[in-house]
Amino acid sequence: MRHIISLQLENESGALSRVAGLFSARGFNIESLTVAPTNDETLSRMTIVSVGDDDIIEQIIKQLDKLIDVVQVTNLTAAEHTERELVLVKIDVNPSSQAEIDKHIEEYAGKIVNVSENIYTVEMAGKSQKVSDFLASIDANKILEVSRTGVTGV
Amino acid sequence: MKLNGAQILVNCLQSEGVDHIFGYPGGAVLHIYDALDACTAINHILVRHEQGAVHAADGYARVSGKCGVSLVTSGPGLTNAVTGIATAHMDSIPMVVISGQVSSTVIGNDAFQEVDAVGITRSCVKHNFLLTDVNDLANVVKKAFHIATTGRPGPVLIDITKDATIAEIEFSGYPETINMRSYQPEIKVEAGQIAKAVELLCHAKKPIIYSGGGSVIGNADKELIAFTRYTNFPITQTLMGLGAYPATDKQSLGMLGMHGTYEANMAMHDSDCIVAVGARFDDRITGNLERFCPYAKIIHIDIDPSSVGKTVGVDVAIIGQVNDALTALMKALEGKTLGNIDAWWQEIKEWRAVDSLAYQTKAGVIKPQSVIEALYEVTKGEAIVTSDVGQHQMWAAQYYPFDKPRRWINSGGLGTMGFGLPAAMGAKLAMPEKEVACVTGEGSIQMMLQELSTMLQYNTPVKIVNLNNGYLGMVRQWQEFFYDKRYAMSYMDALPDFVKLAESYGHLGIKVEKEVDLKPALIEAFKQKDRTVFLDILTDPTENVFPMIPSGAGHHEMLLAGRDEMASTNDEGLNLV
Ligand SMILES: Cc1ncc(C[n+]2csc(CCOP(=O)(O)OP(=O)(O)O)c2C)c(N)n1
Ligand SMILES: [Mg+2]
Repeated sequence: MRHIISLQLENESGALSRVAGLFSARGFNIESLTVAPTNDETLSRMTIVSVGDDDIIEQIIKQLDKLIDVVQVTNLTAAEHTERELVLVKIDVNPSSQAEIDKHIEEYAGKIVNVSENIYTVEMAGKSQKVSDFLASIDANKILEVSRTGVTGV
Repeated sequence: MKLNGAQILVNCLQSEGVDHIFGYPGGAVLHIYDALDACTAINHILVRHEQGAVHAADGYARVSGKCGVSLVTSGPGLTNAVTGIATAHMDSIPMVVISGQVSSTVIGNDAFQEVDAVGITRSCVKHNFLLTDVNDLANVVKKAFHIATTGRPGPVLIDITKDATIAEIEFSGYPETINMRSYQPEIKVEAGQIAKAVELLCHAKKPIIYSGGGSVIGNADKELIAFTRYTNFPITQTLMGLGAYPATDKQSLGMLGMHGTYEANMAMHDSDCIVAVGARFDDRITGNLERFCPYAKIIHIDIDPSSVGKTVGVDVAIIGQVNDALTALMKALEGKTLGNIDAWWQEIKEWRAVDSLAYQTKAGVIKPQSVIEALYEVTKGEAIVTSDVGQHQMWAAQYYPFDKPRRWINSGGLGTMGFGLPAAMGAKLAMPEKEVACVTGEGSIQMMLQELSTMLQYNTPVKIVNLNNGYLGMVRQWQEFFYDKRYAMSYMDALPDFVKLAESYGHLGIKVEKEVDLKPALIEAFKQKDRTVFLDILTDPTENVFPMIPSGAGHHEMLLAGRDEMASTNDEGLNLV
């Protein structure tokens, strides 16, 4: 099962590598990892998406909790939560395909943030699955570059 | 008072009550050495190799229960220390290691003797710090000792840049307390879990207590004894737990696991209720997980939540200090009646009668087991015994029954050859009035031989019992059983003359080649109160460690000496090696 694990950790150098190192050393899987400071500048919020059966997820959470820099660990998936992921995608647009692409962008509530010489840069946010659906809705040959942020959640 | 970083560090260590530091100097720590030199309260032991420093600090910590402290320079000093740090980490030993680092101004430039100490040690410490600012020093030292010694203990590294040791500030004293929001090691035992456990205990027909290193590290021997006596349950202990419960007591079934006794392993296998006390269901204990304790409900007491449910699912998890949990259990058992387990003891009696530690003697050869038995006799079971890693380690664990905790000092988790000698030195410094024996093999002893020199300098008389079988015996045993007797690289030619070697280091050497000379030699060695004596004892080169659960097998499938053909292990088993 896919789990979203949210951590608050001390905003100290090395904290990120402790978390990343734990996953590689113990052979846990990471689908995505995001990290940024919170409104309390001494704390960072990290969101990790991992896939594993319940025993493994339990072990991941315990091991994370054991890290000295980690203040709090929660398994967001275990309760009501909101998750979002943002994607920036460059799409090749020409007069013949434009209408079709505009339609998809509108359907997924995307936003064109930049237009230049037949290239759209589109921003779109939503659940990971929705982001994937949006990307799948666009003709793969027209997608020039994709950058997804990974999931964050509360 | 204006002090430089090095002086502040030494001041803090003194406030922590540190009385011994095991270390080795170098450029990055010269300011610290300069400050140490001016401090009379701390004894610095100059080892001959940084790995020896950390093992010695480790042995000191295991015997005294205090935090071990070690000091090494940057670069090679730190990398040499890593094996020692990992050894302490695997066995949850409280320790603070201070390493020098190049100046913060040149970090990242591949400066002379620069390594990423924090990166290299990250996965083998409880925590580590890179300290670049002298203003953080006192707080970091306080945190380091706090983290190392509380909760599930472990080594903490402080990597201090040279400039932080040089910079001067107004020093306002060592903090008395520290509060870390991200580290709350005090865990209260949950009453609900205790109640559930009591329910299981009262219905158990075939209960067993399985106690590990946590009972020793958590100083829970008194509570463990009280609980075991109170319940009248049989008890088995892991390699790391030996001594917390007296081995010579009638309720003790001895060690369990790969080379555990028949009665311990059979009782584990057939048990319907296991009380795991500060033990972590390590693979040397469980063997094949699918065949491990098929009938048992498991109650697991541990300070570390991540140890619970890691390899084996448990029915009741009691998280907290081992002694608190045992006390709470006993309290909750008051007024309740435990089931009658006479039939269970009867079964155990039959397994005991198998006498799984019996071994065959052979005229003209010294059996390694008999050496340990003689050592036990000569020291009246009162010595602190450190060990290296290999067959000799298993024999020491099997044939020297420990009745007190902190007397059996070995590298159980990492299995580090070379641990025994420096650990013995640390043990002797911790308890100068106790006899200390180091049981070793001709392979292991050669990994840390240089510490013989340190032992002369600081006058730490220990008795080295070298079970010299001429082989990397444990490797040879596995090759005999599982690799069709193809002995690849398990025989060492050109061994040194250990007697002359010991003498060249200023110690006494005694070679024992005949059975009749064994006991007199041991007696003679222990008479030499003030000297380190190296007993080079030529033992049966082809003896194997029994009983044995071959990898991949279940506890009920163990092999006994001279009675079972060694079945070849399956592929799954070889993966577990
Ligand atoms: C540093 C290290 N390297 C390799 C090993 C693997 N190993 C385990 S036991 C052993 C043989 C030990 O030989 P010796 O010290 O002579 O003890 P014996 O088994 O013969 O009693 C070896 C090589 C180890 N445990 N530690
Ligand atoms: Mg040997």
